[in-house]
Amino acid sequence: METIQSPESPKLTSKDLVTDQEVRWCPGCGDYSILKQVQTVVPELDIPRENLVFISGIGCSSRFPYYMETYGMHSIHGRATAIASGLKGARPDLSVWIISGDGDSLSIGGNHFIHLLRRNFNVNLLMFNNEIYGLTKGQYSPTSEEGKVTKSTPMGSVDHPFNPIALALGSEGSFIARSMDRDPVHLKDMLRRANAHIGTSFVEIYQNCNVFNDGTFEIFTEKSNKKESTIYVENGKPLVFGQNADKGIKLDGFTPVIVNLTEGHSANDLWIHDEKDLVKAGILSRFFERPAEGSGHLPRPFGVFYENNRSCYEVGLNQQVEEAIAKKGKGNLDALLSGRETWEIK
Amino acid sequence: MEQNNQVIDNVIIKFAGDSGDGMQLTGTQFTNTAALFGNDLSTFPDFPAEIRAPQGTIPGVSGYQLHFGSVSIFTPGDECDVLVAMNAAALKANIRFLKKGGTIIANSDGFDHKNLRLANYADGANPILDGSLEGFRLVTIDVTKMTRAALAESGLGIKEIDRAKNMFVLGFLYWMYNRDMSATEKFLKEKFGKKPDIYDANLKVLRSGYNFGETSETAATRYTVNPAPMPAGVYRNIMGNQATAMGLIAASQKSGLDMFLGSYPITPATDILHELAKYKNFGVRTYQAEDEIAAICSAIGASFGGKLAVTTSSGPGIALKTEAMGLALMLELPLVIINVQRGGPSTGLPTKTEQSDLFQAIYGRNGEAPIPVIAARSAADCFETVFEACRLALEFMTPVIFLSDGYIANGSEPWRFPKADQLKEIEVNFTTENNNDGKYLPYKRDEKLSRPWAIPGTKGLEHRIGGLEKQHETGNISYDPENHEFMVKMRAAKVAKIADFVPNQTFDNGAEKGKLLILGWGSTYGPIKGAVIEARKKGYDVSHAQIRHLFPFPKNLGGIIKNFDQVLIPEMNSGQLLSIIRDKFLVDAIGLNKIKGMPFATGEILNKIEELLK
Repeated sequence: METIQSPESPKLTSKDLVTDQEVRWCPGCGDYSILKQVQTVVPELDIPRENLVFISGIGCSSRFPYYMETYGMHSIHGRATAIASGLKGARPDLSVWIISGDGDSLSIGGNHFIHLLRRNFNVNLLMFNNEIYGLTKGQYSPTSEEGKVTKSTPMGSVDHPFNPIALALGSEGSFIARSMDRDPVHLKDMLRRANAHIGTSFVEIYQNCNVFNDGTFEIFTEKSNKKESTIYVENGKPLVFGQNADKGIKLDGFTPVIVNLTEGHSANDLWIHDEKDLVKAGILSRFFERPAEGSGHLPRPFGVFYENNRSCYEVGLNQQVEEAIAKKGKGNLDALLSGRETWEIK
Repeated sequence: MEQNNQVIDNVIIKFAGDSGDGMQLTGTQFTNTAALFGNDLSTFPDFPAEIRAPQGTIPGVSGYQLHFGSVSIFTPGDECDVLVAMNAAALKANIRFLKKGGTIIANSDGFDHKNLRLANYADGANPILDGSLEGFRLVTIDVTKMTRAALAESGLGIKEIDRAKNMFVLGFLYWMYNRDMSATEKFLKEKFGKKPDIYDANLKVLRSGYNFGETSETAATRYTVNPAPMPAGVYRNIMGNQATAMGLIAASQKSGLDMFLGSYPITPATDILHELAKYKNFGVRTYQAEDEIAAICSAIGASFGGKLAVTTSSGPGIALKTEAMGLALMLELPLVIINVQRGGPSTGLPTKTEQSDLFQAIYGRNGEAPIPVIAARSAADCFETVFEACRLALEFMTPVIFLSDGYIANGSEPWRFPKADQLKEIEVNFTTENNNDGKYLPYKRDEKLSRPWAIPGTKGLEHRIGGLEKQHETGNISYDPENHEFMVKMRAAKVAKIADFVPNQTFDNGAEKGKLLILGWGSTYGPIKGAVIEARKKGYDVSHAQIRHLFPFPKNLGGIIKNFDQVLIPEMNSGQLLSIIRDKFLVDAIGLNKIKGMPFATGEILNKIEELLK
């Protein structure tokens, strides 16, 4: 989302966004990096600090607003999206950021999540996905893999996980991106893109929970295998990945196929990423298998999967109020109270 | 034929027919006409939960009861004088509510073989022919035949023609009660003006019904019900849900805050959403959320943003909102939560009335979570009471629960509405300055123990609030045991303090001291009032007080109660206020409880008074 800057406000710095509250995530938690990137990017956006609101639900990630020197609300489990909807509807002038986790957004708050995306309020939704319930000390989450052994699933989880990107696409999301805590440069870029988009900007952020689910994203984040297991998509650019940028993905009909660029294929044969292409975004969202060592699975995409522009709920909501006033005039309370038919008793 | 014209002081008519027969419309038209004429009145619609239950069956019967008179009217009435039965099922479902000797106006076409079978009459039995209605005055009219005859030349299809049947009945009743039809004629013009053939048809059938009364020998008697002696002023007719919507808009205007309604459709509260959605030119924003939880949460968001925030629902929806109500309480943000009560538990009786959510309102949250509760006593009173709910919410920075119920929500009565400038302003001051040496303390309290309201967009007052226990004044998260106890007590004290700013409990009738006090709350007002007037006429020492502020109670309530030998509390539940009064004031109050999805009859309360005072 984007909010018009006010020219006279002095430039914010990251320090202006730090509160007097001690940050209380576990040492080594991925949330620290995300907080830092947000505090770095927000001052670049030229939004007056008083117009920024961070709203969270419940979970480790949801402590976030306490650490941002802006307006903020730490609400109840799963409902940050619903609260933010009302706030943005009532106050379209504000820059509203929702901070949520995989449990908060996709489990208890699943209903509000899909409806927020459908309505396309002009807000940013940062979903920290650590594939575990951290605050309650380690139960599987709706994004945990099948077979996951946790305290609530000692024999392994029999639940099938959500694919958050596919869910967001299915919910008519207008901006859908993925990033990770361990790649600050990319994360900052995604935050800027999210802010620039007018409509609900959904950013799934892979976040390591080093206490209850340590290393779950290692295959995407560690130098040794990152290049083989991830692909960074950019609009207008071919889908290239691999240790030496030696692999690419092309579409065989609707089927993505990995090709080796050193064996007769060139970048010209490859799938060119188009953020406006909903069908291709759907295919890209399905690059979701757990890459096993050397298995030849499709790499996990990072970047903006899809973006389109369509009307935002709060614009329509407030336009109707203006239209009604233009058509009927500002409401007259006496006329309302008397209604159309009255009688007098003398 | 010589027609007899009789003057009577009140009459109760029940319009009953299949839910497709247009009985609600017929009832409301007669009501408006009676209101414009100057009768006092009270109405009670009674319709099935199903939109269209199987045609002709008893579950498909829709009713509308109207009590109007030249005397003060407090309830829709116990038993009716006139029963309009459009079919056999309507008769069967309602005959037990008809007075002995009362009049039945039956549409004979609705008593054919099929209708009789659907209404479960025994083979061969037909009440309008077999003499089984001997104790009543039976007026049989073949409404279908007459309507079809009236519209034979209209060129309309049979289906459309039959839809005008209710107008025939309405016209006939207008004749019977000497009514002017111009209000209904005007209504038809507005409703069908764009479809001239339908308009003409309805008008023609309405007039045919009237003329039928004039020329036929069907009913020998016409009745005149003169205007009622009501306090001077300008009146309109109003339903409870309408009055609630208007009270909210009035509070929005008087507080200078635009209103935001977060709501999810639920019977019988939905009409408030419908009403408010019409008034966008008053700055009203209505948001139909994805569920009850989102409805209240969106309102909390809007309140954080500085709007007059409201959520409307009924019991099951309130149950879903419970956690968010606790959040609003912790955040100490203004929020008006409206519960139009219906029969419970669970889905219960959606279209029937009950007062069984009082415990839910006062106690139904996790932790110690005091939220002020106030209740409207009649359709028109919804206006003033919800206005008061908004005032409390905004002036005390707290969620407030407003209780109405299905009876007054859909019932109507004449309302001497106020002028806009007679309504008190509601003071709202957004905080724009730091309140503690250059620092903003969001939970620093004023003399009302209320906290400041600094809304996003206010420079320099950036702050965070949340559902975790907070430190006194700073609002920072605090797990300190002393602080928690302090804050629990502080929140309780804040709500208790509201009692200092609400009017003392007054008496509706009777002395301030005596043998029997009837203490009521909510929609039992009408039947209690009627019963107490009757009882006092008979010489009984009985007084009546109706409580609006249920939590906290007005400060003098305990004193009032102790001035009576006995206290009777009639409620449409198993004794919830009773339990609270006994608990709070250690008084051996007596309950009178009705849990039938229907309001009390005046007679039921009168009987209890006589039993207690004999």
